[in-house]
Amino acid sequence: MQTKVQLDNLNVHFGKTHAVKGVSLEFPANSVTAIIGPSGCGKSTVLRSLNRMHDLVPAARVTGRILLDNDDIYERGVDPVGIRRRIGMVFQKPNPFPAMSIHDNVLAGYKLLGRLNRTTADEIVESSLKRVALWDEVKDRLKTNAMELSGGQQQRLCIARTIAVQPEVILMDEPCSALDPIATLKIEELIDELKEQYTVIIVTHNMQQAARVSDYTAFFYMGEMVECGTTKMIFTTPEQRQTEDYITGRFG
Amino acid sequence: MTFSSPFRSVKNLLMTLLMVAATIAVLTPLGIIFLHILKMGASSLSLDFFTQIPKPTGETGGGMANGLFGSAVMIVMAGCIGLPVGVLGAVYLTEFGGSRRATIIRFSADVLAGIPSIITGMVAYTLLVVPMKGFSALAGAVSLALIMIPIVLRTTEEQLKLVPGTLREASLALGVPLWRTTLKVTLASARTGIITGVLLAIARIAGETAPLLFTALGNQFWSRKLTEPMAALPLQIFNFAIAPYEDWHRLAWAGALVLVGIMFTLNLAARYFGRQKRYS
Repeated sequence: MQTKVQLDNLNVHFGKTHAVKGVSLEFPANSVTAIIGPSGCGKSTVLRSLNRMHDLVPAARVTGRILLDNDDIYERGVDPVGIRRRIGMVFQKPNPFPAMSIHDNVLAGYKLLGRLNRTTADEIVESSLKRVALWDEVKDRLKTNAMELSGGQQQRLCIARTIAVQPEVILMDEPCSALDPIATLKIEELIDELKEQYTVIIVTHNMQQAARVSDYTAFFYMGEMVECGTTKMIFTTPEQRQTEDYITGRFG
Repeated sequence: MTFSSPFRSVKNLLMTLLMVAATIAVLTPLGIIFLHILKMGASSLSLDFFTQIPKPTGETGGGMANGLFGSAVMIVMAGCIGLPVGVLGAVYLTEFGGSRRATIIRFSADVLAGIPSIITGMVAYTLLVVPMKGFSALAGAVSLALIMIPIVLRTTEEQLKLVPGTLREASLALGVPLWRTTLKVTLASARTGIITGVLLAIARIAGETAPLLFTALGNQFWSRKLTEPMAALPLQIFNFAIAPYEDWHRLAWAGALVLVGIMFTLNLAARYFGRQKRYS
């Protein structure tokens, strides 16, 4: 299996707090990798270092290497904006742009950059919305405000917006934690389809979800990676005692 | 233990009456001022007020067209200086500035906002009137801009802080550079609130008299040169109100009515923009 993203001795500090401690991990291409662990274990911090979101936090310091197709994204001279175009992100709370219509939200990545090609715009909207199975629900009201959609629809819209700019990797930061079970199910089905074309890395505190959607799982605790492997192995025959305790619900 | 105290409803009534009294005490002066200006001004207001310049001493009639024009010119110029400085300063504070530098700038803006406007006028006098060897509309505009900057800066900052961080992140995660995100997402989301703040700042400087006394100075004629003294509505009201002529007093009342009308309109407009529906 080809590796798409690789962490090599990743450390993240916020001021004096050592949030992520020497993590090395590989994310295989065209698969779903779940990062699980209790709150505050550093899983979201790892995810946000993958698209250089910490660049905006003055107190954050990232050391070590993150390789995207064997190129270090933290190397001097690398433009974080270019990295973020290749590595998209879906957030915990659906965050469509409130001043934009459904149609414009899908195209936000192009519109905000001023690079919208009018001839292909409608095509992108349709194909992106179809991929997230939202097209049939909204095709008659593309011009209405995106905030009028339900939470689950908004989250699928955010995923459509992310894939519309054709990234290679999609990061998901607890994408279902603000959604009801039916909306969650739809997103999970979608994640399974997305891996055909993208490498998906998902942070979740819902272990059942990790077991359902992911091919590989990494367990984090207190800023360190305790164990990683195929999801089946992590959930059935974990090597570490801590992993087993967490998975069986003894803590966390 | 009893559930009802005989004094509870009495206390409730007493406090309610106190609050009603306080509300009336606040609103009465406003009502008196408004009614009085309306009474005195309306009878003196005519089309001439908006089209004529003041007549020489002794002649009746005339208007304050030059003052209205001068006020408009100086407010526009002050806006051209104050708006970009205030808005860009606020963007720096919320989006780019480090915490320590931002604290210093924020504190300075608060001090600047608290400085009496006559002192702002003195600063403009020292910086512009003295070196240029003459009173000018430009100096007047600069002194007004100095008053405008902290108001615009602080209101804009408050509005930018209200824009949820998740929106900025959504834009950045799509590969939009920070400066474009600031322009197209952050500032665009805060737009109505910023417009409200700017309108209130304009309302504030439209009525300022003190800083114009020794910067724009004012005159009785049409003046179109920015390097020469220029009339302004509040200045003319001041000059006419203290003059010993009955006719000029009437013009001053008409001017006061127009000025209050402008304030009222600006405040209403600010409220209108402030109340527009916003999602977020």
